Amino acid sequence: MDVAVFWVLAVLAVAGAVMVFRFDSMARATFSLLASLLCVGGLVVLLGLDYLGIVIVLMMTIEMAIMAVFMVMYMMNPAGLMPMTMIHNKKGAAVVCGLVFALLAAGILLAPWPARRGKAPADPTMELGMSLMGPQMLTMMTLGMALFATIVATVVLATRRGRYDRFGDDLRARRADDPVRGGVGR
Amino acid sequence: MVERTPLWAVFVLPALLVGAALVTAGFDAVLAAGARRGRPGSLRETAVRAVEPGRQVLRHLVQQPRRTRASDLPLARIGAGLLPVAAVLAAVVLPLGFRSVSDLPEGIVWFNAMEALAWAAVWLAGWGPNSTLSLIGGYRFLAQGLAYELPHMLAITTAALGAESLRVGEVVDAQAGLWFVVWMPVAFVIYLLSAMAMAFWGPFDQPAGRDVAGGAGAELSGADRVLFLGGRWLLLVVAAAFSVPLFLGGGHGPLLPGWAWTVLKTAAVLAFLVGVRRAIPTVRMERYLELAWVVLTPLAIVQALVVAVVVLNR
Amino acid sequence: MTLELFLLLAAALFCVGLFGALTQQSIVMLMMGLELMLGGVILAAAAAWHYIAPAASEGQVLIVVAVTAMALEMAIGFAVVTALFRSREIDMTDMAAELKE
Repeated sequence: MDVAVFWVLAVLAVAGAVMVFRFDSMARATFSLLASLLCVGGLVVLLGLDYLGIVIVLMMTIEMAIMAVFMVMYMMNPAGLMPMTMIHNKKGAAVVCGLVFALLAAGILLAPWPARRGKAPADPTMELGMSLMGPQMLTMMTLGMALFATIVATVVLATRRGRYDRFGDDLRARRADDPVRGGVGR
Repeated sequence: MVERTPLWAVFVLPALLVGAALVTAGFDAVLAAGARRGRPGSLRETAVRAVEPGRQVLRHLVQQPRRTRASDLPLARIGAGLLPVAAVLAAVVLPLGFRSVSDLPEGIVWFNAMEALAWAAVWLAGWGPNSTLSLIGGYRFLAQGLAYELPHMLAITTAALGAESLRVGEVVDAQAGLWFVVWMPVAFVIYLLSAMAMAFWGPFDQPAGRDVAGGAGAELSGADRVLFLGGRWLLLVVAAAFSVPLFLGGGHGPLLPGWAWTVLKTAAVLAFLVGVRRAIPTVRMERYLELAWVVLTPLAIVQALVVAVVVLNR
Repeated sequence: MTLELFLLLAAALFCVGLFGALTQQSIVMLMMGLELMLGGVILAAAAAWHYIAPAASEGQVLIVVAVTAMALEMAIGFAVVTALFRSREIDMTDMAAELKE
């Protein structure tokens, strides 16, 4: 049963990945990437990491839905009604990728992998939580800081309006001059 | 503890959900007709009004399907079909009494992941037909999703925190004495808000609003339309039903058996939501976004903090 | 199912993603390639956790880091595209390379 599930998910994951770069329609490309990543989530569940697998499914669904918006926004031909290619250096890239794959495959097949040590904990989710809140606290805090820095950086990069636009040249305006009024009485 | 369930439950679950959705839609139709044409004169008239949603389903199924030019039919089909599938998958961890189809160890995260599939489904259904109005509907749902998802996740995490488990069965067990709604009222209210927003229904119906001629589902016809609009009702039923094990004590209650209490509580929540729809005007998603991020999210964090302190001192 | 099989699958995903990242001219498509590469990394980490050291939690932590990296990459990527597009109406890598001239 597990083997059948593995092969189905594996084939779907690779097929979805390849189709990302073959579809003309951006919506199709985005959602074939989503299909591929959902299969990765399924494979992670298959490996016994239920929590992380489900979190990958949750995150990727939301991420790809948002990604679709940007794809449509920034591509010249989002619906793929007039097929066109937007790629460069196809041959070189194919050679590089073939070489990398050959190298990785040789490494995977030739390396003397160590035997399995220890047993999986009864509740890997608990183990992960205990680890993140204990010995791996530094990792967790770094991730938190990185996420916070990203929020600040993305807003700074993406917004067109600064505080002078909102509160006037001398920053004296009582209420911000926003194009869209918010929902909390401003 | 939630017991294991036999395999036939897999087939019973969708049937039960569809039944519940039809009853809710019928109730809503009676209320709507009552508001439009006055109180029903007889019991028979009430019944005629209540089966209106069922008649609509049959009408759509036999109707000649409509196609738009240069539409991406497969994507629209996937979107329309994904909505009910997501609702049923989310309901897999839903206990009826003390039994669910599968009580996953990470049931709460599973529910969240499955209802998030609605994001993809509604956008695809809006994109597929190559029509402006339906695409606007799809975009509106993404904006609304960004608004409701943050406080929503915090609210369901609060319930998991109170039970110290992500397993829905253990969340129910933890409420044998005191229901979570009593000491997590903020999380409960936020959950109800996001349940409506998730099903883009009631005050949050902008993604399928009348001002854009039905929004994301505007161009769908035939079986696709039935799946999409039916999936929306299923999502509402599942979201409302999930508030019962999370906050309202699941199957716990005096005298009656567990399943009866679950059904009663779910019906009460659904009736409340259907009533609320007639009392509250539509909220535009950019307004709700600010409300959700500036007011509801901090409130949800404070609520989670209170619960965490209580749990630590237990 | 063996460790090698999972790792080969991860390597395949990684290489498809690499091909996309190298060939695509559009910045948004390039980011999809990066996402696929990270997907391969996640799969390899999960397989290593399962088949080599299931008792150690570091494998799981690695997956958490990779998932976070995916989210950060996408958020920053879109912000940069938005900033580039605002200032120069640019959405392709080749055009961005001309900026330095």
